[in-house]
Amino acid sequence: MLHLIVFLAFGAICVAGAVNLLVQRHPINSALSLVAVMGSLAVEYLLLGAEFVAAVQVIVYAGAIMVLFVFVIMLLNAGEEERTKGSQVAMLFGIPGMLIGSVLIGWVLLERSGSQAVAVGAMPGPPKVIGWLLFHDFLLPFEVTSILVLIAIMGAVVLASHPDADQGKKEG
Amino acid sequence: MTHNLHLWLIPVLPLVGAAINGFFGKKFSRQAVAGVALSFSAAAFAKVLVVALQFSSLTTPHIEFLATWIRAGSFQADFGFYLDQLSLIMLLIVTGVGFLIHIYSVGYMWEEAGFYRFFAYLNLFLFFMLTLVLAGNYLLMFVGWEGVGLASYLLIGFWFTKDSAASAGKKAFIVNRIGDFGFLIALFLLIKHFGTLNFEQVFSSIAPLSSETAGAGLLTAIGLLLMVGAAGKSAQIPLYIWLPDAMEGPTPVSALIHAATMVTAGVYMVARSHVIFDRAPAALTVVAIIGTLTALFAATIGIAQTDIKKVLAYSTISQLGYMFMACGVAAYSAGVFHLMTHAFFKGLLFLAAGSVIHAVGGEQDMRQMGGLRTRIPWTFWTMTIATFAIAGIPPFAGFFSKDEILWRAYQVSWVYWFIGLFTAFLTSFYMFRLWFMTFFGEYRGTAESHEDSPHGHGDHDDAAATHGHGHGGIHESPWVMVIPLVVLAFLSVTGGWIGVPRSLGGNNRFEKFLGPVFHADVAEGAEGHGFSEMGAEGHGMAGSPNKETEGPEPQAGHGTELAFTGISVFAGLLGFVLAWLLYYRDPQLPQRIAASLGGLYQAVVHKYYVDELYANLFVKPLIAGSTSILWHGIDRDVIDATVDNSAHGANEVSDSVRHMQSGNLRSYAGWVAAGAAMVIAYMVWMGTR
Amino acid sequence: MVPISYYLILSGILFACGVTGFLIKRNIISIFMSIELMLNGVNLSFVAFAAQWHALSGQVFVFFVMVVAAAEAAVGLAIIISVYRTRETLNVDRVDLLKL
Repeated sequence: MLHLIVFLAFGAICVAGAVNLLVQRHPINSALSLVAVMGSLAVEYLLLGAEFVAAVQVIVYAGAIMVLFVFVIMLLNAGEEERTKGSQVAMLFGIPGMLIGSVLIGWVLLERSGSQAVAVGAMPGPPKVIGWLLFHDFLLPFEVTSILVLIAIMGAVVLASHPDADQGKKEG
Repeated sequence: MTHNLHLWLIPVLPLVGAAINGFFGKKFSRQAVAGVALSFSAAAFAKVLVVALQFSSLTTPHIEFLATWIRAGSFQADFGFYLDQLSLIMLLIVTGVGFLIHIYSVGYMWEEAGFYRFFAYLNLFLFFMLTLVLAGNYLLMFVGWEGVGLASYLLIGFWFTKDSAASAGKKAFIVNRIGDFGFLIALFLLIKHFGTLNFEQVFSSIAPLSSETAGAGLLTAIGLLLMVGAAGKSAQIPLYIWLPDAMEGPTPVSALIHAATMVTAGVYMVARSHVIFDRAPAALTVVAIIGTLTALFAATIGIAQTDIKKVLAYSTISQLGYMFMACGVAAYSAGVFHLMTHAFFKGLLFLAAGSVIHAVGGEQDMRQMGGLRTRIPWTFWTMTIATFAIAGIPPFAGFFSKDEILWRAYQVSWVYWFIGLFTAFLTSFYMFRLWFMTFFGEYRGTAESHEDSPHGHGDHDDAAATHGHGHGGIHESPWVMVIPLVVLAFLSVTGGWIGVPRSLGGNNRFEKFLGPVFHADVAEGAEGHGFSEMGAEGHGMAGSPNKETEGPEPQAGHGTELAFTGISVFAGLLGFVLAWLLYYRDPQLPQRIAASLGGLYQAVVHKYYVDELYANLFVKPLIAGSTSILWHGIDRDVIDATVDNSAHGANEVSDSVRHMQSGNLRSYAGWVAAGAAMVIAYMVWMGTR
Repeated sequence: MVPISYYLILSGILFACGVTGFLIKRNIISIFMSIELMLNGVNLSFVAFAAQWHALSGQVFVFFVMVVAAAEAAVGLAIIISVYRTRETLNVDRVDLLKL
């Protein structure tokens, strides 16, 4: 019972945050709502027993990625969104498409999954076990993703570097 | 098959000559081109002579197989050759007269641009004609048949920059093609009913069949269709119209192709297929009727023509009519005999006419000639011999052959004989008319005053290179042109002597020689009469006294035959007298007669308006239909429209689709979402099926 | 005892919100955040299925998704910065040089 209430409460926060992200005009507000979504998602993960994933969610996603977003918003001094005339296609085809897609997926999932209930902490995922899996069964993807992160770092540095800084270096 | 004679050399040697001259001749000197052409045609002639020498040791028909060609199920046609007495005679004529004309052409065409091209075509023609004559099956014969048509087209249109020449070539080819259509249908019928086109097999399949009674029947159909083909190739009614126009070509071409050899291919084909015709009397009658009518018709047109070559052209048509008349009364050997003598004197007439035209600097209108006999004596005397030959005056060649035909025609129906006789009178008349107008009286032309007349040998001046005669005026032709004239004149005199009929004391060796071909069921005693030399007589051949083995040489008394002979000679002389009257004694008389005959004369001069009739009946509707239906309707509105419209459509589609590339990120996102929805829908549908 | 379908519905809602945000937002950073929202929704369904089928690899995969999301966010934001430098705007409707 408690399980259900907790789930519903944090689920509501998720949805509210998501909707708020859509509604807000200033990106910083959207960012902060997204942080709220991520936090409540972490709780949902915990309910399912994924401890490590919940911790990583908070540390990496909410703590690093969203911080990065907020820094960039601050750096670029993004203001409120303007109302430009966008694209008709996005409205005409995109929204209905999205609706249809979601409905279909939802329907399929509901059909197939049934009302099989899951207890709290149904699939415990302690760090030890996750680690074991990472370094044994999933070693290759692990290493590949680490290289990916390396490349991303280099790419970000190159892309974001100030063009004048290079010139300054050349002259200096 | 005794031994391999390598008959394939005979057609292939001129082909090699044609290839060499055709591909490389442009770079050769004229002497080299002439050398190549002459040596290869001489080589073919030499090979034929060798074969002729060996002929008596062969069994006939001598069949040689060269290579397989078509093997389709049960149908088989190979590159095979068929040699018998008939082919041997044709071979000797084609290569012999062909070689003489090659020599003549060296002189006649010396000044022309395209010298190498002419000789390449001429050798090519020899190749095809020899293939036709030697072919062992109808399909190979058809290849030669078509090929001579092609060579004829190329040579008639030799001066292709001239509109009239190009059109004449086209006309010849197209009209020939109409005849070929009949020939083809006949071939199809043969394949359908006998399963083969091989001479041996076809003839042995047909031999046991009985003669079809008048009217319908397979052999009658085949015979009639073959006659359609022959009418096209040999210029008989109704497909003769191309031959007068073919005079646009150089005169040696007219001599070789349109007098001596190609046009006789039809006669050869009918003679070769005599097995079919013998059993289809209705077809044979049609052949005779067509031949007779054509002979008369062409002769009537010939008496009013003013162009020297056109007179000879109509004369050719008329003489071919005689040959078909002969075949039509089953006197095949008489027809072939006339073919041979005609090759001599008509070839000579054309070559001599060329010599005359050369002498007067390109003029072909006889009204502009006259009094030439003292100025070009060699030409004059040879042409005189030829004229006497064609008029049927004894003892020249034409007399014996024509007389044989008339006599045999009389055996079947006096109508044929009478028309033939009247035509002989007309022939004599127009030939002597030509003779008088060209060589006698006062010179009426203008060539005397032209010192360096830039006249070519074509109809008009613009076609050929400059003539460049330093010595202006009328002059005899060079030796290279005169020698063939002399040789042919000799043959025109003596050529008939191998066919002297019994009634006049001769042995009629010609008919006996051809006996085994046309009367294959009789004894072998008539074979083995080889010929070592054309026109030779009295060599120690076994003059074995054959009984009358040939069927249709009738025994009706020699007296009657002599009487008829006398009548034909009289007709010839009558023509001479009339021509003398009208064109020597009283040259104003023809105009007065023409004026008084008015419309009739006009009709004859305009060749009975046949060309105009054909134009209105066939050509114009065809062109109109082709323009409106095929060109506008189908080519333009369907085919072009399809292509254009599909290109247009592609244009429109891409024009509308390009708006997808808007550069706007959100529209791309919209498309992605829509596409994703479709994919999800598809997967769900597949999953739930 | 919450049925798995509830988690999946929640995940679906989050994903749908993410797509909608991507379609209607004009600020490029907001669009980016919608992408992150989509990824989160997907992560939730991974974990839910891991719980349903007792396969821990679901959670491991969430780990990888996060790593990739991090890398992508880093590079993406760097690109946004350089786009801002050249075009002086964060409005995605104004960056349409590829228009035909």
